Order: sequence, then structure tokens, then C-alpha cells
Amino acid sequence: MTIILTVPPSLDDGTFESLLQQMAPLADDEKVLVDARHTRWSSPYGLIGLLTLAQSRAETPQFIPPEDPNTASYWARSGFFRHAEKFFDLTRPVPRSRTGDSNYFLEITPIARTEDVQHVVQHIQERSQAIMETLGFPPSGAIGFSVVLSESCQNIIEHADGPGWVAVQNYDWKKRLGRRVVVIAVTDCGIGFKQSLAPKRGSSDRWDDGAALESALSRGTSRFHDPGRGQGLAGIKRYVAKWGAKMTIRSGTARIGIIPTWDDELALIEHLPPFPGAQMQIIIPQAVAS
Amino acid sequence: MLQQLPLDLRMALARAQCDLYSNLVTRATGRAVRGQLETMLREMSGLRLAVLDFTHVGVLDFSCADEIVAQLLLRFGAGLPAHAPAPPTPSYFMFRGLAEAHLEALEPVLERHGLALVAEGPDGSMQLVGTVEPEEHSTWQLVLASGGGDVDVIASFAAEAGVDLHDRLVALARRRLVIQTAAGFHPLQHH
Repeated sequence: MTIILTVPPSLDDGTFESLLQQMAPLADDEKVLVDARHTRWSSPYGLIGLLTLAQSRAETPQFIPPEDPNTASYWARSGFFRHAEKFFDLTRPVPRSRTGDSNYFLEITPIARTEDVQHVVQHIQERSQAIMETLGFPPSGAIGFSVVLSESCQNIIEHADGPGWVAVQNYDWKKRLGRRVVVIAVTDCGIGFKQSLAPKRGSSDRWDDGAALESALSRGTSRFHDPGRGQGLAGIKRYVAKWGAKMTIRSGTARIGIIPTWDDELALIEHLPPFPGAQMQIIIPQAVAS
Repeated sequence: MLQQLPLDLRMALARAQCDLYSNLVTRATGRAVRGQLETMLREMSGLRLAVLDFTHVGVLDFSCADEIVAQLLLRFGAGLPAHAPAPPTPSYFMFRGLAEAHLEALEPVLERHGLALVAEGPDGSMQLVGTVEPEEHSTWQLVLASGGGDVDVIASFAAEAGVDLHDRLVALARRRLVIQTAAGFHPLQHH
């Protein structure tokens, strides 16, 4: 029997949870069909989340693309279908696109090797002027942005033991925030924080996904013994604070966040439906003119 | 005799076959570049002053800052915390072309290890970066202001008379933040 997973009309980090809720009771090898017919919008987090979902299944899932031609076209230009056809069995023809067709700052890009990170940083530097103008940051801010992107992607290579994805896009959050935002989304279907940091757990400590995320984000714990390790996430945190940005990391059944004053999410959410690997999102708001 | 070796990071990137990019990002890149720098440094004997030039480096991330700068200093015993044992053959490092954005990545990395380094600005001005006690900093500035010399010469530049600088200068020399010779203590300088 094939189980149908319905993609919500608007797919972002919040609504993605409904997909995971549907998937939670299923065995890894159960046949699934991901139905995105009625989906009209997706954030970069949602799109790379779908790819990660497909990678996490033992059986190749089927996929019904969005019916709305604009949505399908946008997903094609983001690079989604180009990658999705390797991990999904697409049930209908999808629009074709070439790399560079979209207005994405960084189209959906696979991260598996160190060269991929170099490529991402090089690409984002070429777009740095547009990104800094969007954010209202001085041109010198481009380097910090590249550092955050580099360290976020390196977490996949150094810690995930599995491949991942990255994408960067900007949105006008007129209603929600009255400002533009740039969104960095990074996901992987690797071992997750809990397993990665397990060798560092204290024998008497509570150890679950929430504790592992707290340990990494609050105490800079790394799975490596070298005291020089664990600086990437600490560095990202500093930039997030400096920019008044929001950062969330979801791994296993928990999500931790650095929540700015303009958002009201909880800093730690536990007992979520399980999902392999780690999913990170950083939302950087446009600077307010002083 | 102090051997001076200018090391352009771009050259090290090229030798590490990473010259497709001008960015120092990822641990793997950092390890490859440091390997090249170590090879170049080991070809020099005796006292050596390596000048690492970041002028042409675009992005420097935390991982690469740790792999290149911190690990290089740790392995060659330069900039170590004052209590750490210093290696018998001194190696000195000076860093040039560090932009503000490079320092944002570098400073936390140095602080994590308790390290310090000497950086030369585009106008030739020098500064200490990393973990430095106020007393170390003020003593280092006296060496810089005096241009170097014996303890009495350096002490004559102090605002306060009668300060015993000898121990402080020896400690700075042990951290390889100044050079100690038979003639006294000298700032790191590259010509």
C-alpha cells in the first residue's frame, strides 16, 4: 500500500512539521507518495526539506508536483526539480530550467564535499552586492555573510556523516516585519546532533535531541577533542546576534533557536515528529536605518 | 641571524592546489594551506620571521582561521599563553593585510587557544591581536615606541619611572611577540 503525504499549501519550517507528522508512524521502507498538487508556495527550507525527506526513505518516494504553473515554474527555477528527479519518482512532467534562471541568491545546491562549500562561498560573493543592498548592510558585511554560510555548510561535511543541501533567498516581509529578509536554509539527512555528540555526553546527563542541541548551541560542544573545534556554530551565533537575526536548528525530535525580539517562537521545542539529520534556518532582517 | 620569509597566502593556496578560489574557508582548505606553509618554514634554519600576507584573501572563516593561524602558532610555539613551554628554536610570525572582517574570525579563534599575534596594518602600524594582558600590551608598546634596545632604553619610554620591565620583556619574548637578542628586546619588523 502506498501512503499519501500531503504537502501543505504553504510550505515553510512550521508547516513542514505536518509532513513529518504524517511520516512519523511509517516504516522507512513503506511506499510513500508526496502530493504537492495544491501547494502554492514554499520557502527554501521547505524545498530542501522535501529533498532530505526523499533521501531519508529506503524506497524512492513518488512525487506529484504543484498544479499551479507559476509555483511549478518557480520550483524549477530554484533548482528543485533538477535535484528532485534523482530522489523522487516524478509522476508528471515538470518545467525545465537551467542553473542561474532564478532570482534566488543561491539556488538549491548539494553539499557533500569541501569543494561544494568553496563553490557556494565563491557564488555568494558574486551576489554579495545585491545581498548587502537587500539587507541594508555596508559592503564589508558581505564577508560575515559568507562566513556564516561557509560554517553552516561545513557542519554537514564535518559532523553530519551524510549529504545535505543549502539555498539562500530573500523575501519582502512587509506584513510580518515591515522589512525585507534574507533566508539561509541548510539541511542534511545525516546522523543528527544527538548521535554526533554522543561521545561527549556526561554519563549522568539527560541525553536526548534537545540536550544535544543545547549542548552544541549553548556550550559549543563538538564531537572532536581538539579545543579548536566547535567554533563555527559559536561564530554563527555571534553574527546572528549582531544582525538581530533568527536562527533555528532542528534535529531528531527537537528544535532550538536564537529568537530575536521580533519573533515569538519558543527557544526550545521538544517531542516533535522524528526526522533524520539536521535542518538549520537563519532569517536575517534588513537593517533598520538609524 | 634572523631569516625573514614573506608568505603570501595566495601563493600557499596555489601550492595547495586550492587556487581556484581566493577564499580561506573550510578546515580541509586550511589544513592544505598550513601544510604548504609548514613545508616552507621548515626549509629555513635558525631564527625565522614569517610574514603571512592576507592582502589578497577574500573570506576567512573560523575553521580556516583555526587550521591556519592558530595551529601554525601552536605548532611553532609562537604567541602561546605565557605559562606554556616555548620551543628552543624561536619562530616569529607577523600578519599583514588583515581586514576587519578577517579579524572578526581570527580574534575568537586566538582567544579560544589563549594565543596572540602581531599584525601590521596597511600604514605600517602594528597591533597585538588575541589574548593579551593589559600589562603585556603596555610593555609591548614600549618596545615598539623605543624601536627596541636594552631594558634601560625601553624603560626610558615609560611614563612611570622605576618600573622593572625585565621580567615582562622576557615573558613577551617567550610568547614570540618581541625578539630577544644579546642586545636586548626588539619589535618584530619586516623590511
